[in-house]
Amino acid sequence: MIEKEVVIIGGGPSGLSAAVEAAKRGTEVLVVDENLRAGGQLFKQIHKFFGSSAHRAGIRGIDIAIELLKEAEKYGVEVWLNSVAIGIFKEKKAAIKKTLADNSEKLEIIQAKKIVIATGASENAVSFKGWTLPGVMGAGAAQTMINVNRVLPGKRILMIGSGNVGLIVTYQLLQAGAEVVGVIEAAPQIGGYGVHAAKIRRAGVPIYTSHTIQEAIGKKSVEKAVICKVNDKWQPIRGTEKILYVDAITIAAGLKPLIELAMMHDCKCSFLPQLGGWVPIHDKNMESTNPGIYLVGDVTGVEEANTALEEGRLAGTAIAEALKYISFEDARKIKKEIWQRLNELRMGPFGEARMLAKNNILTSCKI
Amino acid sequence: MVLRKTGYLTKEELVNSKCYPSEERFNKGPIAIVECTEEIPCNPCEVACKFKAIKIGKPITNIPILDENLCIGCGLCIAKCPGLAIFLVDKTYSDKEGLISFPYEYLPLPITGSIVEAINREGKVVSSGKVIKVLNKKSFDRTPVVTIAIPKEKLDEVRGIKRLEESKDSK
Repeated sequence: MIEKEVVIIGGGPSGLSAAVEAAKRGTEVLVVDENLRAGGQLFKQIHKFFGSSAHRAGIRGIDIAIELLKEAEKYGVEVWLNSVAIGIFKEKKAAIKKTLADNSEKLEIIQAKKIVIATGASENAVSFKGWTLPGVMGAGAAQTMINVNRVLPGKRILMIGSGNVGLIVTYQLLQAGAEVVGVIEAAPQIGGYGVHAAKIRRAGVPIYTSHTIQEAIGKKSVEKAVICKVNDKWQPIRGTEKILYVDAITIAAGLKPLIELAMMHDCKCSFLPQLGGWVPIHDKNMESTNPGIYLVGDVTGVEEANTALEEGRLAGTAIAEALKYISFEDARKIKKEIWQRLNELRMGPFGEARMLAKNNILTSCKI
Repeated sequence: MVLRKTGYLTKEELVNSKCYPSEERFNKGPIAIVECTEEIPCNPCEVACKFKAIKIGKPITNIPILDENLCIGCGLCIAKCPGLAIFLVDKTYSDKEGLISFPYEYLPLPITGSIVEAINREGKVVSSGKVIKVLNKKSFDRTPVVTIAIPKEKLDEVRGIKRLEESKDSK
């Protein structure tokens, strides 16, 4: 059995920032990631990030990933790629299926002092007639295709969902050279930021609010989509059907936290729809109801890369403190600043609901 | 708000939200227009302005307010806005024409001197325009800024150009 001070499961923005923050204080950190490269979803975020200028706002996600990986290397963070955490067991043992240099696999059991779960979230599906046809995919999948693999998922695309993911991926599909024939949204209003919507409207993409998809039609793959209006009870209105000729349908219907590992370790969860559904709860140090198990990023509630980075820093600082690499006083100061930034990121009409839900998590963790 | 329904702002909404410069200021020379009317956590424009003409302050969800007297119309904020929501308008360019500068993150880039189709906030072609300048400085971080000359009366309306087709030669 291998011993490590800290094992971080997931090398996305939150996991990497937790790793950097803990390692730069002297903590021994191992990051386990199932992909061929760490960085999580940052590598497909080719747009400039919102947020505070003091903390990487205005920088593209891909560049933030490169910076984080450099920092991780500088502070001696060990990274196992192509390796999957298959379980977390009592007394902080992590079972990792590790891929070795010769591509063979080996099961490693790691005894950790602290474990950070940074597993992120997965895309929600929407089921409709014909939804299993090739060409129907998650918006995140389409984003990976264009921005990481440089393959167009289609030439004429329909986007389902007008949240920030739907709007941003629409814009990036246009940048990649596809035509987006429209964005449909079941709600009467656009979900994401006005500036993101304005960008694609300027580019000539219509946004159909109070609309849903009824059917995808095609012999071997998607050839057309049938959309229709919905009433105020979200029910389709007959006679409003419209046929759009498309070869791909991308779905941006929100994300769901990947909480399996946290549940395996009996971390107490709470149902918070504003954060994507069931989420494991945590205290102000991002520590779960199981001492020594920390949760950061989308696994504790779907938000944005900005908040994920800050949550990672919080956990990294708290861990360095718990392992006595920094003093209580220093940690308190650093954490206070991070919380101020987190609270700011969760203000305004788009953040309020998440702020309330997050406060709810902190309160229920104390009980 | 119309924006939440349609996805674009009307000039009326902009004027009502006090984000739109006065005609008096327009007549003095180029000025930035920050078309950002929602409280979102973002402040790179404030830092980008060397003349402190854009104010957000704390919290960073405040709506950016442009001081039309401090803005000299340098356009440095255009490429810094992650929302691509800042434009530069010069209503003093010539008797009949004015300039509009906007971020343009598509390939191919327009060529200086070429004639392009100018579009409004809804993506509709409302006039033709002539490309005056295409800036793609390193500090812009891959957000080129395009400036076109258009008829003066379209300056409140035009916010970009129709995307260009890749020419067959370049393939």
